[in-house]
Amino acid sequence: MIEILWFMVDVMLVLLLLALAWTTCSSRDVMRAVTLFIAMGLLLAIIWARLKAPDLALAEAIIGAGISGALLLSAIRDYPSTAIAVDRSPLMHSIINTFTMALTIVMSWAAWHGLNMSDGVRLSEQVASQLAVSGVSNPVTAVLLNFRAYDTLLELAVVLTAVLTVLILNDKRADSTAPGPLLQGMTRWLVPLLVVTSGYLLWVGAHAPGGAFQAGAMLAAAMILLQLAYPSIHQGFNLYLLKILLVIGIFIFVLTGLWMMSVNDDFLAFSPAHAGTLILVIETAATISIAAALTLAYIGGRPTGWEADNHGNRAMTEKGGAE
Amino acid sequence: MISTQLLYALAGVGLFAIGLRATLLHHLLLPRLLALNVCGAGVFLIFIAIAYAGIEGMPDPVPHALVLTGIVVAVSATAMALALGRRLENIKSDAIKSEATKSETLKSAAVKPEAMNDE
Repeated sequence: MIEILWFMVDVMLVLLLLALAWTTCSSRDVMRAVTLFIAMGLLLAIIWARLKAPDLALAEAIIGAGISGALLLSAIRDYPSTAIAVDRSPLMHSIINTFTMALTIVMSWAAWHGLNMSDGVRLSEQVASQLAVSGVSNPVTAVLLNFRAYDTLLELAVVLTAVLTVLILNDKRADSTAPGPLLQGMTRWLVPLLVVTSGYLLWVGAHAPGGAFQAGAMLAAAMILLQLAYPSIHQGFNLYLLKILLVIGIFIFVLTGLWMMSVNDDFLAFSPAHAGTLILVIETAATISIAAALTLAYIGGRPTGWEADNHGNRAMTEKGGAE
Repeated sequence: MISTQLLYALAGVGLFAIGLRATLLHHLLLPRLLALNVCGAGVFLIFIAIAYAGIEGMPDPVPHALVLTGIVVAVSATAMALALGRRLENIKSDAIKSEATKSETLKSAAVKPEAMNDE
């Protein structure tokens, strides 16, 4: 009985998800499409929770729906029109449809076949057997920061590269309309709560759902909210400090890896006795860097005064301005 | 359990297909980016469906960690694409502006000699 109920819930979630994805992709207005996309992100968060992936549910709700949504919504202003026109030729249209259909059939077959095969060696057993020496008891954090620490280090590098590209290409977006008193009042209440929640997520990641990415994104959400409610707030921020915050995650990560290399002969091979502490230190630094990176990505470019200590860049902007 | 896994894995395939079709169909950057993100969400769903091990069972943490990485990388890539798009848009509007001023100066240059002749 209970299984049938679960199955009905599953079918409903899946149909809703596919409907939202379809309307997102076939919408004729960008504003509408982005709103539907945010709704799809929230639904995905529910689905991750249903599939027993609470770490992902947190990350999706904060990053997939929250930060992505903020990024996309502010990017709409960069374009002159919000209308979406599709003017592919009928032939092209049918080629794309046929291609997608064929790929769907092949992938469905692969999914069915893959799920009906024997289990083989599952990595989860290895993770479970090694969890005791990883320094943390949340298996996802253990995989992210101990067993597959390389991936996470390189992921931080990807985030840094992306935000450097953003900083190279553009100046900060012009401020939008002045915020109302309601937003400012609410922000005063929300930001401290978000900062505390972020610290909690960071700490709790060792033994329960949470961790550096969720915490960093939560902190970035607080900064974005501040930026929305008080558009000139970033002007008081020390940019030199900001640059340090941006790279501190990778710096501490590499430093720890090299230190462990001198002790254990392997890059990022943590000694079980210190693993818990090291992971917490790395995660704290990563949280700060991720928060700084996502906030800068939202701002959309160099904050005011960024070039002040870089003469080459400033000369170029001045030349560009003179033209 | 297999039926739940299969249901969500097929939903992931569906999401991927919807996203891919729209990515190929659209010309504009923003709708394309949205479609690509839908595509990515489909891949994540397939991963998590495979990791699922029933209501009582403990799911496989490795795909969870991979997808967590994927979500963060996806948002970074989206931010980068948006920055590139914004730069492109700025260059385009600058080009239109300079084109306008150029034709303006050409016009005034062409007009000048005639005005002098009239005098």
